[in-house]
Amino acid sequence: MLKLTDVHTYYGHFHALKGISLEVGDGEIVSLLGGNACGKSTTMKSILGMVKAKQGTIEYDGRQISGLPPSDVVRAGISPVLERRRLFPELTVEENLTMGAYLRSDKAAIKADAEKMAELFPIVAERRKQLAGSLSGGEQQMVAMARALMASPRLLIMDEPSMGLSPKYVETVFEVIQDVNAKEGVAMLLVEQNANMALSIAARGYVLQTGEIVLSGSADELLNNPQMQKAYLGVA
Amino acid sequence: MTKMVKELIANSPLIGLLALLLVIPGFIENQYVLQVMIFVGIYIVLVLSLNLLNGYVGLLAIGHAAFYGIGAYASAKLSIELGFPFLLSFILSGIIAGFFGFILGRPTLRLTGIYLALATLGFNVIVWLIMLNWMDFTHGPLGIMDIPQPELFGYKIESRTDYYYLMLAFVVLTLFSIHRLVSSRFGRALVAIREDELAAEASGIDTTRYKVQAFILAAFYAGLAGSFYAHFVKYVSPDSFTHMESFSILAMLALGGGGNLLGPVVGASILTVVPEAFRFLDEYRMFMYGGILVVMMLVRPMGIFGASSYSFRLKLFDEKEKSYDKGDKFIDLGDDTGGKTPEGSA
Repeated sequence: MLKLTDVHTYYGHFHALKGISLEVGDGEIVSLLGGNACGKSTTMKSILGMVKAKQGTIEYDGRQISGLPPSDVVRAGISPVLERRRLFPELTVEENLTMGAYLRSDKAAIKADAEKMAELFPIVAERRKQLAGSLSGGEQQMVAMARALMASPRLLIMDEPSMGLSPKYVETVFEVIQDVNAKEGVAMLLVEQNANMALSIAARGYVLQTGEIVLSGSADELLNNPQMQKAYLGVA
Repeated sequence: MTKMVKELIANSPLIGLLALLLVIPGFIENQYVLQVMIFVGIYIVLVLSLNLLNGYVGLLAIGHAAFYGIGAYASAKLSIELGFPFLLSFILSGIIAGFFGFILGRPTLRLTGIYLALATLGFNVIVWLIMLNWMDFTHGPLGIMDIPQPELFGYKIESRTDYYYLMLAFVVLTLFSIHRLVSSRFGRALVAIREDELAAEASGIDTTRYKVQAFILAAFYAGLAGSFYAHFVKYVSPDSFTHMESFSILAMLALGGGGNLLGPVVGASILTVVPEAFRFLDEYRMFMYGGILVVMMLVRPMGIFGASSYSFRLKLFDEKEKSYDKGDKFIDLGDDTGGKTPEGSA
């Protein structure tokens, strides 16, 4: 579905991604792991066209999408959940969801999707008239996911959904991710620092380090990899 | 039927105000008062157009008098040298100002905050310098005189009262069209950009395109206001379009509060009338002007009507807050505005 081949991205002279290759299959959950400043977010931005990859190809459904502006990438069916949620704070939850469906014009289907979101995320229905900025971090994460799904994507890219959330909410968020994946068949690319959590629901994973993929494999392989255990999983 | 009655009652403040404004010239004998009211109208249009940028998109554009001046000079040249009728030069000067909006907006809208403010201010100064120094075209500091009075469908606009009604029609049309704009899909995109540009981009909004379009529109309306000014005063000179004029427009917006349509109307009205009302204080009257702004920034920094959205409608018949049940309409896309818009959600 999504295939990155040897992607290089620069910020000025800084070489942020040094040849990233990864793949996400239809309906698959894949996690992209790594510590701070290793290029996780840059990978996401490169896919979305928010920064331009200087070299390499990004294909989606066999179609070249590198170089497209973000609006066209979203239109093609890739929807991002940005780091730190980034809701429209002065708009209500309902208006935030409406903005998520900005590129769609099928009103009936948008309404049907909104109903679906209300079921998947009870908090969205409960707080629909409330300003998004007044919600707690966990609630905002739910709304951010609902907003991204309103674009009716086939691939959801989530940047650190667990960031800044209480442990209880982190669990809830990951349950919902699994739920959405199972019910809607939306493929997920999870960009995460929380390797344990991410690998517990992902089929496969990639580990990034200073702009390079240093490890990849099935979730089980990664969970049992001694290097991985030492560096990321906190197993002595 | 009942729906129509409800609409009428809900809009009653607006209808009442409009009726009052329609009959009021009959009761005003002092021509000077009418003149001040006409200027209030011009500034309402200017502040409403600046509000598109500063209030809705959240940009900091501070050189708005440039477009106002371009519209005024364009209209003067078109009607004097080419003999164009008023309506044609009026619309063309809007378009010409809009074109300059595009020329300025395309390269500068990648800038944000103070950088954009400096770029727009710089543009204002450049336009002013051109007006001042291009003797052959603009007559420099002498300005352009004898701009013809407007003639509409065979009727010559001559008296203050004529101008007043022309101004009223202009303001009402501007308010109506901007109201339609900001409550459309386009308006929602602008607000999304203001709220969080990155998130707007992630929702598939082409942010640069929308910002440039908003810039063109704001310049267009300012150009129209300039044209009206030129044909009303019948004389244009560079002095009227300096950066000080831009700051006045900005102060009106700051006082009234942006992001809605009521704030600009109130801000423009107050700051046009106050310096006139305190004319007996001679040069000290500008103290009042400054004083109002200082007090305002201390008491209510977001402006009188800022921080929230207001509409001209009474909110008598809004449906009550309902708790959400399954099967309930969740997102209301019933009308063309597509869900709730800032203007409707007072």
